[in-house]
Amino acid sequence: MLTLAVCMLAPLAGSSPIRLRQVFDSSIPFTDNVDAQIFFIARLPRVLAAALVGCGLALAGVVFQALLRNPLASPDTLGVSAGASLGAMLAITLHADFSIVGVSAVPLASFAGSLGALVIVYGLSAARRRGTTTTVLLLAGVTLTALLSAVVRFVQFMADFTETFQTTRWLMGSLDVASYPPLAAALAPLTLATVGIAALPRVLDLISVGAESAAARGVNVEASERLALVSASLATGAAVSLAGPVAFVGIIVPHMVRLVVGADHRLVVPAAGLFGAAFLVVCDLVARTVLAPVELPVGIITAIIGGPFFLWLLFRRA
Amino acid sequence: MLRADKVSFAYESGRRPSGRLHSEAANGLVLDGVSLTVDSGLIVGLLGPNGSGKTTLIRILAGLLTPLQGSVMLDGQPLAALSRRQLARRMALVPQETNAAFDFSVLDMVLMGRYPHLGTFALEGAQDLALARDALAATGTAQFESRLFKTLSGGEKQRVVIAGALAQAADMLLLDEPTASLDLGYQMEIATLLRKLNRERRATMVLSTHDLNLAAALCDRVVLIQRGRIVGDGPTADVLTADRILSVYGVHADVQYHERAGHLMVVPFDSPH
Repeated sequence: MLTLAVCMLAPLAGSSPIRLRQVFDSSIPFTDNVDAQIFFIARLPRVLAAALVGCGLALAGVVFQALLRNPLASPDTLGVSAGASLGAMLAITLHADFSIVGVSAVPLASFAGSLGALVIVYGLSAARRRGTTTTVLLLAGVTLTALLSAVVRFVQFMADFTETFQTTRWLMGSLDVASYPPLAAALAPLTLATVGIAALPRVLDLISVGAESAAARGVNVEASERLALVSASLATGAAVSLAGPVAFVGIIVPHMVRLVVGADHRLVVPAAGLFGAAFLVVCDLVARTVLAPVELPVGIITAIIGGPFFLWLLFRRA
Repeated sequence: MLRADKVSFAYESGRRPSGRLHSEAANGLVLDGVSLTVDSGLIVGLLGPNGSGKTTLIRILAGLLTPLQGSVMLDGQPLAALSRRQLARRMALVPQETNAAFDFSVLDMVLMGRYPHLGTFALEGAQDLALARDALAATGTAQFESRLFKTLSGGEKQRVVIAGALAQAADMLLLDEPTASLDLGYQMEIATLLRKLNRERRATMVLSTHDLNLAAALCDRVVLIQRGRIVGDGPTADVLTADRILSVYGVHADVQYHERAGHLMVVPFDSPH
């Protein structure tokens, strides 16, 4: 309900006022109807993008936290966002122009990047599996993030000036989406990921209590982990391809949701998807309006909210 | 009836459980030709020093590890032929310690035991809830139902985990050092509970433990393991002897029937050299 309401109301607010009646006034031709143009071309895609990105990152966060049995796990801390960024960056700066089954280059590269990062982090830790503490995995993720960010900066440095300007804003996490095709491109992988994750909530409950006891209760742990990790990478890849690595959504939304609905993943998964969408739409609304007519990258807003929350979480645990 | 037949096992290098010691045999095996039979309705104890292979054997009996050689049969069917779900309906595992990463309620934890009986998208129904409540009552934890699992004490947690195993409706329980991290009071509580479940529900149990007196109090039969091999297997009174304890643990002990406790008592002492 909240998500729907927020998505419907958010396009109405912005740096130039519009009148709802005129937006849907069919007597004025669309090309002459400035309000309708602002609504459908400038704002609606952006709000929808915010909803998709928020949903994808929040779901990925839920999955990582459950599988790693750790509240600090998220696409950001595991290097998955950084991997996705690098993939997308390369596709953008190399002007990659291909598509596979209707999904275009940027989301594909972004997904490949996120999956690649995940495989590296997981591979490293699997070398000392069973004994692998989550600490090792998170440490590997943080290291990988630093490494990949350096590569991203290198690519940026080598690119020409206008591209650098574009990609810098993109890396701040920006929902500057002004058309529908990128939305459609991200929707397909995100839908797939959502279906994958929707099949798993009880398994996530069981695994979050312990991999071994989950197996003893009839969970095929390895297959479930694989499905969950690929789905989470897919969701992260889709989100990052649209909006860049929007910080902190993947880590704080699952916690906020758990504070309200408890630990049961059958509630946490749908609630996090919806709340993540609403959260990012609102953050983007703030980003668009707080310094209007300047539109801030939404990543700045989420980090300003998310940073202190993350610190609070750390110290509360200690 | 659960039967292990000439089971051998070795961990791939670097893949063994962390923090665990394995004084493996010269051939690198953690378990070397282990055969044992667990008859229905009995409580069987697995005893042996640290690193002797008890936990590995429990994992293999539970179907969580596949033996390198040999096989495990449950009522004549090889474990390898059963799916994880089918196995979970027959056998439940109680680990040494359980820590939930998130704020699950006690009822949540017990309801998770119903997983192998439900479809992928199915929710627990009234019957599942009734079984969970019944399991809570049987373990004396009904009053904790809506408490958060992580706020319970060690002994209370262990009773809730056992309730989860009961909700799983399996007739065999595999317990890996179920009292190892508990103080004396909780140790007694768990021992009493296990005996009651064995008598009232005819639950078959295999439990590994370092506590020889717990084994003496609870077990119908005891299997003694040393460096991956079985060095004693039989009725508790036959296996728990001063000689065997000396040869396996290197400790002198008096083994006497204790009138008030109603079972054998092992009292280790410092030997005068």
